[in-house]
Amino acid sequence: MLKVRQALETAPSRRAFLGGATVATGAILLGFTLGGPRQARAAGGPDLTGGPAKPNAFVRIAADDTVTVMIKHLDMGQGNTTGLATILADELDADWATVRTAFAPADAALYNNMLMGPVQGTGGSTAIANSWLQLRRAGAAARAMLVAAAAESWKVSAAEITVSNGVVRHAASNRQARFGELAEAAAAQPVPQEPTLKRPDQWTLIGTKVPRLDSKAKTDGSATYSLDIRRPGQVTAMVLHAPRFGGVVATVNSKAARAMPGVLDVVTIPTGVAVIARDTWSAMKGREVLDVTWDDSGAETRSSDTILAEYRERLKSPGIVASERGDAGGAIAKAAKVLEAEFTFPYLAHASMEPLNATIERAPDGTYDVFAGCQIQTIEQAVVAATLGVTTDKVRLHTQWAGGSFGRRATPGADYFAETAAIVKATGGKAPVHLVWTREDDMAGGYYRPMVVHKLRAGLDAAGAVVGWEHRMIGKSIMIGSPFEAMLVKNGVDSTSIEGASDTPYALPAYRFEVHNAREGVPVLWWRSVGHTHTAQAMEVFVDELAHAAGADPVAYRLGMLKGAPRLSGVLTLAAEKAGWASRPSGKGQGFGVAAHESFGSYVAMVADVTADAAKVKVNRIVAAVDVGIAVNPDIIRAQVEGAVGFALSSVLRNKITLKDGVVQETNFDTYEPTRMSEMPVVEVHIVASTVAPTGIGEPGVPVIAPAISNAVFAATGRRLRSLPLDLGGLKGV
Amino acid sequence: MVKLTVNGVAHSVEADPETPLLWVLRDHLDKTGTKYGCGIAQCGACTVHLDGQPVRACQTRIGDLGEAKVTTIEGVSGRVAEAVRTAWRGLDVVQCGYCQSGQMMSAIGLLSGNAKPTDADIDGAMDGNVCRCGTYQRIRAAIHEAARSLA
Repeated sequence: MLKVRQALETAPSRRAFLGGATVATGAILLGFTLGGPRQARAAGGPDLTGGPAKPNAFVRIAADDTVTVMIKHLDMGQGNTTGLATILADELDADWATVRTAFAPADAALYNNMLMGPVQGTGGSTAIANSWLQLRRAGAAARAMLVAAAAESWKVSAAEITVSNGVVRHAASNRQARFGELAEAAAAQPVPQEPTLKRPDQWTLIGTKVPRLDSKAKTDGSATYSLDIRRPGQVTAMVLHAPRFGGVVATVNSKAARAMPGVLDVVTIPTGVAVIARDTWSAMKGREVLDVTWDDSGAETRSSDTILAEYRERLKSPGIVASERGDAGGAIAKAAKVLEAEFTFPYLAHASMEPLNATIERAPDGTYDVFAGCQIQTIEQAVVAATLGVTTDKVRLHTQWAGGSFGRRATPGADYFAETAAIVKATGGKAPVHLVWTREDDMAGGYYRPMVVHKLRAGLDAAGAVVGWEHRMIGKSIMIGSPFEAMLVKNGVDSTSIEGASDTPYALPAYRFEVHNAREGVPVLWWRSVGHTHTAQAMEVFVDELAHAAGADPVAYRLGMLKGAPRLSGVLTLAAEKAGWASRPSGKGQGFGVAAHESFGSYVAMVADVTADAAKVKVNRIVAAVDVGIAVNPDIIRAQVEGAVGFALSSVLRNKITLKDGVVQETNFDTYEPTRMSEMPVVEVHIVASTVAPTGIGEPGVPVIAPAISNAVFAATGRRLRSLPLDLGGLKGV
Repeated sequence: MVKLTVNGVAHSVEADPETPLLWVLRDHLDKTGTKYGCGIAQCGACTVHLDGQPVRACQTRIGDLGEAKVTTIEGVSGRVAEAVRTAWRGLDVVQCGYCQSGQMMSAIGLLSGNAKPTDADIDGAMDGNVCRCGTYQRIRAAIHEAARSLA
C-alpha cells in the first residue's frame, strides 16, 4: 500500500468544532454554504485546493496494481464514484481497468466538503466541484512519488521518466515498472505539497467516456446497499410512527405483538414504538398488531388544503424583501400592459427506490459501527454519538451504496440515524439493530419538498419590454429551525426558499422579491434542486407569458434579457438550435416549449416537444443543452440529465403529497406513481465545451423540465397551466 | 419447514408459508440482490423468475411455490441473461442501481419469449418496473442492444 511518512491529519480540529458530541447547535456549522459553486466563483470564495496535497487520504496502490480511490461523498446514483476516481486517476496516469473505489470513513478534518465548510457531506451538486483540485493534486502527488521511487531505484533523473496507463518508464535505459511494483518504495518518498498538474491537453480520462465503476456490481446482485447489510446476530426493527407529525406515544399495549412468531422485543423510543424481530417479515407482522394510542395535542392536524388556503391569505400582505431594485410597483402602475399569475406547488416525497434504513452495531469495547447510505457523515456521526452518549471518535461510519436519495438521506437532524441509535440504546446494544422503513413509512415520514405558492405581477411597456416585476412567495423554510439557520437565513430570508428567483439573471429594470415563511408542523427538506424545483417554474413560465404578451419569440425574448448571462444564453441558443426551434410545429395539439435556468453554478436549457389534450399530456422529446464547465464524464452528465427528466416528469404530471386532518394520504406507488417506461420521452443532451472548473449535474437538470413542458402545453393548446402537477382540467375543450 | 429451489439449489426454510418469497430470499437465504421497493407489486424491484417467468417476489407466498424453481439476479444465466448483462454494462444503464435487478429480470423474461421486441413490447413488459433515477431511455436501448446481439 502506498503510505507516506506524514501522518494523516489528526482529529483535534474536528473535535474542536464539534464541541464534544452535541450537534443541536448552529455553532458547529460555521462556514456552511449551500450556495456552493456559485459562491466559489465569486472572489473570496472558499479555498478549494484542499491545502497541501494528500495522496494518502485519497489513493491506495496495492501490490497487485489496483488503485483504490477513496470517495468522501455518497454515491446515490449520480455516478460521483466514477467521476471522482476519473479526476484522480487521470493525474495519476493510472490504468482505468485497475481503478477501484472505497467510501471514506467519517472524518471531517480530512474529508470535509470544502463547499460545506468543516462538514463531510454530499449535497448542492458539489461533489465534483469541491473535489476537483483536491483530487487532481492528490493524484499528481502520488504520481510524482511513484516517479521519484523509480528514479531512485533506477538511478536516473525523474525528468526522464514517463508514466502512462499504470506503467512507469525510463525510455533511455529501457526500464519500466508497474504501479504495484513501485508502491512500497513510493510510500517512502516525500509528499510534494504543490505537485505539478497536467495541462488539459494532457488529460487522457477527463472528458472521455470511461466505463462506470459500479456497473458490474449493480448488474449481478453483488452491490451492497444499506438494506443488504447482514451483521452476525443482527435483528430487524420497525417503528410505528405517529399518524400525524408532532404526535407522541400516549399508551402502548404490546402483548399481541410480543406473542407474534419471530418478535423479540418492543420498545418505546422518542419517535414511536419499535418492534424488534428476527427478520423483516416478522417485524412487519408484529407491528401490525401493535396497539398504540397517540397524543396529538402538539401535532399538525390541518389538511394541506387548509394550509394552502392560509398561504393564499397571507400572500395578500407584503412579505420580507429578499431582493429589490428600483420602484417595481411604480413602474407597473405606469406600464402599458400588466400580467399577473399564481403558481402553486404541493409537498413532494423523494420516494427513493430504497426505503430509508440503517444498521448500528455495538462493538465489545463500547464503540459503534454504523452502516447506512450516509450523506452528511459529520452530522450523522455526531447524532449517533450524542444519542448513545459517547464521543464522536467512538462512532465509525461505513457508507454503503444508496438506492437513491434525492436529498432525503441528508436531514439536518439525521432523523433515521437517531431513530436507529435510540433503538440500540433502548435494547442495550445487545444485538446489531437494522432499522427498516417500509415504503409507507418512507413516504408518510415527512421531510417533503415544501408546499409553495408564488404570486407574480409584471408590467410591460408598449414595445413589450419588462418595466417592473413583483414576486411574492410563501412556503415553509427548510433552514429556519435547523442547525443551518444562523448561516443560511439572513434577515428572515432563507436563501434556499427563493434561490433561482430573487437572484434572477434576467435584466429587470425594477423588481421586488418577497418571502413569507410558513410554519406548519410538516417537516420539509431539500428535494433534488431545492428551491429551484419551484422558482424555475414560476420564473420560466411567467417569462414565457410575457414573451407571448409582447408578441415575441420565447427564445429571442429571453435572450434579449440575458445579455449579461453568456453561459445561460449559450445553453438556451444551443438547445433551441438542436431542437429545431425555428421550424417547430405549433397548435393542433402539439407544441414546443423552452426553459433555461442556472442552479448550483451549472446552466441548463431544455426544449420540450409535447402532445396535449384534456385526456393526456405526452412528452415526446426533450432536447437539453448543459454547461457544467469542464465535462469530467460526459456520458454520466448525459445520464444525469436523462435521469432528471425521468425523475421529475411524474412530479409535473401527477405527484403530490396531501394531508387530510394531518394524515398523509399518499403512502405508496399506487397513489404516488413515479414515471414509467411508456411515459419516458426521448432525451437528447448536448454539452457545451468549456475550460471553466467543473460544477455539478446531479440536480441542475431538474428545474427546467416542468417549465419547458408547461410552456409546450401552452404552445400546443393555447392554455396556460402554471401550477404543478399540471391540472388537465384546464385543458377541457381543447 | 418449507422447501424451495433457488438458483438450482434446494433449501428448507423455517418460515410461515404465508411469508412472501422476497423476505425468504433476503432474510433467510441471504440473496439480497432481489430488492424491496413497495411490497404491493407496484414497482417491480423484487422481480425474480419462477420457472423462467418474471413474477413479483413480494406477492409470491412461499407456500404457493410448489415445485416451481426460483431464479434470482445472482443465479440467472444463459445466452439471454448474458446478453442483457453485457448490454446493461456497455450502455452504463445503472445509476443508483437499486431497481436494476428487477429491471434486468423483467428484460430477460421479455427477450426469452420475444427475440425482437418493439418499443411497444418494451413498454408492455417494463411498465411495471419503476426506476426513480429515470434510466428508462438506457434500459430501452439496452434491451434493443441485447436483442441485436442475440439475433
